[in-house]
Amino acid sequence: MISTKPLVKVEGLQKFFPLSGGLFSESRSAIHAVDCIDFVIPLGESLGLVGESGSGKTTTGKLLVRLIDPTDGHIYMEVEGGDVDIAHLRGKDLKKFRRNVQMIFQDPYESLNPRRTVFDTIAEPLEVQGVGNVIERERRVAQLLDMVGLSPPETFLFRFPHELSGGQRQRVAIARALIIEPTFVVADEPTSMLDVSIRTGVMNLMHELADRLGVTYLYITHDLAVARYMVDRLAVMYLGKIVEMGDMEEVLHHPLHPYTKALISAVPVPDPTFERALPDIIGSIAKPIDPKPRCRFYDRCPIREKICEGSDHPTLEDKGAKHYVACYLV
Amino acid sequence: MEDKILQAEDLTMHYTTRAGEVSAVDNITFSVGKGESLGLVGESGCGKTSVAITILRLLPENAEIMGGRVLLDSTDLIKLSAEQMRKVRWRRISMIFQAAMNALNPVYKVGDQIIEALETHLAYMSIQESRERVEELFSLVGLDPQLMDQYPHEYSGGMRQRAVIAMALSCHPDLIIADEPTTALDVIVQDNLLREMMALQDRLGMSMIYISHDIAVIAEVSERIGVMYAGRLAELADSAEIFHHPIHPYTFGLMSAFPSIVGPKRELAMLPGEPPDLIDPPPGCRFHPRCPYSTEICIEQVPEFKDHGGGHLAACWHPLEASG
Repeated sequence: MISTKPLVKVEGLQKFFPLSGGLFSESRSAIHAVDCIDFVIPLGESLGLVGESGSGKTTTGKLLVRLIDPTDGHIYMEVEGGDVDIAHLRGKDLKKFRRNVQMIFQDPYESLNPRRTVFDTIAEPLEVQGVGNVIERERRVAQLLDMVGLSPPETFLFRFPHELSGGQRQRVAIARALIIEPTFVVADEPTSMLDVSIRTGVMNLMHELADRLGVTYLYITHDLAVARYMVDRLAVMYLGKIVEMGDMEEVLHHPLHPYTKALISAVPVPDPTFERALPDIIGSIAKPIDPKPRCRFYDRCPIREKICEGSDHPTLEDKGAKHYVACYLV
Repeated sequence: MEDKILQAEDLTMHYTTRAGEVSAVDNITFSVGKGESLGLVGESGCGKTSVAITILRLLPENAEIMGGRVLLDSTDLIKLSAEQMRKVRWRRISMIFQAAMNALNPVYKVGDQIIEALETHLAYMSIQESRERVEELFSLVGLDPQLMDQYPHEYSGGMRQRAVIAMALSCHPDLIIADEPTTALDVIVQDNLLREMMALQDRLGMSMIYISHDIAVIAEVSERIGVMYAGRLAELADSAEIFHHPIHPYTFGLMSAFPSIVGPKRELAMLPGEPPDLIDPPPGCRFHPRCPYSTEICIEQVPEFKDHGGGHLAACWHPLEASG
C-alpha cells in the first residue's frame, strides 16, 4: 500500500487571522494560526497532527480541505490525474477537487443535521456531485451503512440523528465522508467525544476502511496514544509551526525537539506502577499574535540559548531517516 | 471503622423522566479512608457523577434517593435536613466540577467569589482575614495572589481550574470530590494540575474521590479504583491490583481497549455493543449482553458485589482468575 508518490504536498502554507482593529482603522495585528508549514503525505501513509489547543492543527486541516482560504502558500494534490495547486481553486474546479477530499469532524452531535435522515445525510455528497440517480444512491448508501457497521441498513436509513447513539452518529459521519470515494480524508478528533468501549470500534473501522477503499488520513488529535494507533507518521505542531515530524514510533521513542519531549512525558499512562518523568517545560502556551522573529518555543524552552532568540524560527531539518526537527540545538 | 472518612452503603438513586424511571445509581457500596484517594472510573452514563451528587445531595428535582446510607464519620448524610447538609458541604466535603468556566461566576472577581464562600461558611472571618486566606489559597494552588482581583475570563483554562481548586480548599474540607477535574485541559496543563492536587492532598491530609472516564488519569492519581458500569460498581480494588489482575470482564475489556504510548504497540480489543439504556436495564448482571463469558445465571441473577480475596471486590458470576 505504501508508495513514495505524494498524495498531498504542502509548501509554505500560511493562515493569518487579522484581529479587529476597530471600526475605521485597519487591523495591524494578526493571529498566526498556521505559519509557513511544509509537509508531504505519501499515498497510503496517514499523517497524525498533534499539539495543544491553539497550535493550529485544526486550521491546517480546514485549509487542506479548503473550508477556509489560505493567506499564502501552496497545497498540491492530484485532481483527475493532474497535480494541481488547490490552495486558490475557485468555482467548478474547487467542486471537482472536493470529490477527492472529505472531512470528519469531532462532534457527531453537531456535525449532523438533526432534521435530515441518515439516508439524506449520507447521500448528500452524491447529490451535490450529481452522482447516480435516487435508486443507485439508495443502494450505495445501504452499502456504506453496511460497511461502517450499521446493519441491517434498512433499519438505519430513515432514522434521525437523535435516534442514534454517539458511536452510531460518528459512523454515519464516516459513511458520509467516504461515499464519494475520496482519496484523502481529514479527520479532526473523530473519536475524542466517544467512550473508550465505543472509540476502539470506530478507530478499527477507520483503519479497515482506509485499507479497503484506499483512503489516506490526516488525523488531527490532542491524544498521542490515539495517534499511535491511527497513523504511520506524526507531525507535532506548536504555535502555528511544525516542530518535529517523523515515523510515529520513532518520534514516540526518540523525540528530538524539547517540546515533543515535554508533550510525551505529560501523557498519563494507564498503569499505576509506571513512574513518569516530570515534563521539562516552562509556563503555558501563549497566543501566536504577531510572534517575535525567534524560535516560537523560546519562552517555554528548558534548553534555550542565545541563538534561539537571536535568529528567526528554525527550519525543519532532516536528522536522518526522514525524522525532521526544527531546533537550533538538536 | 475509625480510619474511614466516608462510607456509602447500598446507595440507590433514580431519575424520573418522561420516558420512565432511570436507575442511575444502583446499590453502590464503597468507602474512602482518611487521607486516601479513591478513583471512580466508567463511561458516560455509568452513574459516576450521579454517585457524587447523591453523596453531596446536590440532586436535580427529578432525582430521588431510593435507599442506602452515606456515613460521614457516623452521621448519615441522607437523613440530614437541607440546612444541616449545607453545613457539611464545603466545610466537610467540597467538590471540583468538570467545567471550571461554569463553576465561576463571570461577573465577579475570582478572589471575591472565594471570599463569598468563606463568609458563608466561616462567618467569623473578617474581610481582612478572608483576603489573607484567599492569598494563602492562591499561593497554595500555584496562582499569583495578585490575580485575585481579576475576572474569570482573564484566566486561562488551567488557571480557572486552579481557582476552582482553591475554592474547594477554602474551608479546610476533609474530603474533596473532583469530577473530571482536568478533562478539558491540554496534557501538559493536566499533568501539572494533577501533580499539584496530589501534592496538596499529601500536605493537607485530605481524602479525595477522583471521577473520570480517563483510565490513565485515574491510574495515576488513585490508590484504590472503583469501576462503574450501568449504575453499578463492577469492581473495586487497589489500583495496581485492578490494572494488573482485573477480575471483572468489563474492567478487562476497558483496559484492553485503552491505548497507551508506553510499552509495545498492541492490538486494541473491542467491546461489542454499547452500554445499556438505564430506563430498561438488562436483568441480572447489567453487563451480560456484552460479556463474552455470559451464561444463564448472568441473565437470571444479579451477581453479589463481594470480596474475591485481599479486599478485591467484584460483582461477577464468572470472575477472571484473581491473583493470590
